[in-house]
Amino acid sequence: MGEIFVVAEHRKGEVREVTYQMLWKANDLCQKLSQTLTLVLIGAKDEPFLNDLKERADKVLAVEGLANFNGDLYKEILFRLIQEHKPLLTLAAHTPWGMDFAPSLSVKLGYPIATDCVDVLVDNGKPKALRQIYSGKLFSKVAFQDAPGYLITIRSGAFPAEKVGDHKGEIVRMPVPADLPRPVKQFVAFEDAGAGEVDITQADLLVSIGRGVGEADKVPMVKELADKMKGVLSCSRPVVDKNWLPKFHQVGTSGKSVKPKVYLAFGISGAFQHVAGITGAGCVIAVNKDKKAPIFRVADYGVVDDLFKIVDALKAKLA
Amino acid sequence: MEIIVCVKRVPMTQEVDLEISPQKNDVRKEMLAYVINEWDNYAIEEAIQIKEKLGGTVTAVTIGNEDDEEVLRRCLAMGADKAFRIDPGNLVMDPFVISKVLAQFIKGQPHDLILTGVQRDDLNEGAVGTMLAEHLGLPHAEVVRKVELTDKEATIRVELEGGTDEVSKIQVPALLSIQTGINEPRYVSIMGIRKAAKKELNVVGVDTLGLAAADLQARTMVEEIFLPPETEGAQFIEGDPATVADEILRILKEKGVGI
Repeated sequence: MGEIFVVAEHRKGEVREVTYQMLWKANDLCQKLSQTLTLVLIGAKDEPFLNDLKERADKVLAVEGLANFNGDLYKEILFRLIQEHKPLLTLAAHTPWGMDFAPSLSVKLGYPIATDCVDVLVDNGKPKALRQIYSGKLFSKVAFQDAPGYLITIRSGAFPAEKVGDHKGEIVRMPVPADLPRPVKQFVAFEDAGAGEVDITQADLLVSIGRGVGEADKVPMVKELADKMKGVLSCSRPVVDKNWLPKFHQVGTSGKSVKPKVYLAFGISGAFQHVAGITGAGCVIAVNKDKKAPIFRVADYGVVDDLFKIVDALKAKLA
Repeated sequence: MEIIVCVKRVPMTQEVDLEISPQKNDVRKEMLAYVINEWDNYAIEEAIQIKEKLGGTVTAVTIGNEDDEEVLRRCLAMGADKAFRIDPGNLVMDPFVISKVLAQFIKGQPHDLILTGVQRDDLNEGAVGTMLAEHLGLPHAEVVRKVELTDKEATIRVELEGGTDEVSKIQVPALLSIQTGINEPRYVSIMGIRKAAKKELNVVGVDTLGLAAADLQARTMVEEIFLPPETEGAQFIEGDPATVADEILRILKEKGVGI
């Protein structure tokens, strides 16, 4: 019986949620493809989470002795492990770190890779990847050229994180190989880029703006509404990229996860990175001109209209 | 400093109803408007800012047909010194093939720094940059939102999740994939594009690069594209803005938001 590899992602002594999500899917794939589940954990030693992780896999390969994430060294270590174990499938996270090593690993191995996948299907005994394209407006089913193994990177939030299956993972410890190449990149520090005067994570009502607001000069019009409603102004990524608002207003994967009672989204299309940040919201009301905008797939209430008409109407009601 | 920037022209798909092509492996593109990939716009701006500070040249490269030269002209207008379009003919390209073609071309060009966007807006693989670096044996970093460069080394900020940045030092020559928001891309006027028409724009056939058949063989194939499964989705509030506003205020009250 062959193996399916899951590459654990962890940071500052904590397992990243996406690792559990990949394990959930890998468990399902192991059954469909008659494989065993091996978790590859690089760089963590005797962490408290090891016991939890081993109950989610048949085997944990714990490669010890790497202080910080380094994509080049991950690539090299995984290259050797994959050559030795020949797993049919290797899952890694589609995160900034996963993106750093997985595509180059696929080149080094000569294995095909599908990235940013939201599901993995099995078709006639072969894995296929499901991806979202065109800002989530369409799905794409991707097949691989025949190869000894395949790599798939998984989008955060694609699967549940719960523990499944009855695993008594055997922990196999090994040191980081002594003959790794000298790293060409050196970790310096983690820094918080998002702190500021407003804490959007504590608000009951978030009045949030996206690209649809159009220009910097229009931001105060929505800010005024937020103040009138005793809400807090937040935004999606393009608003920060364009310097219309500082980063501490940003909701989403690279900003903050929020949990207001109501999230009022004006001109936000609903890219998955944004939607991932509002899963904790009690109720989402979205106003957007584009009826096909992905935000309407996750919103509780939708309004298809020019956002400023609604902003003005709300202001008039509150005057 | 010799900087190469890989750019791409992509269809605009916001506020557009996409139609699936008869072959079911892509969308119908005839009616779509095109722009420079947003990430690439930041990458070319970053390259030009580095050149303005440290000197050198900026070369923009794209793989595409004649229509795609539009983005190269734009890069030239922004301040790139020269541009190359690699014509792929009828080649079916996945990120592996794209990265192979770019690598083969770039090997023949001087390069101290290669910039790409984090991903293309249409298919969002986010894989070409890392693969390209692997082919070229270059140090690389992904999702970069700040670069400070000296001759031998760059200090970079990689954007992680939750507002955390990872600061690290990377040897140069290197490849960096650039995140949106790293700078403020300059405005490009029609006049500017006209002026840049005199700058060098070269076309290279992919068949002249000397790639082996295996390098041009896609490793992934799109079997089918389809609309997302129907979900319950939002309940739509209909009516004029005043009616909609009343309904929104009613919902806020129901959800316990004090106004």
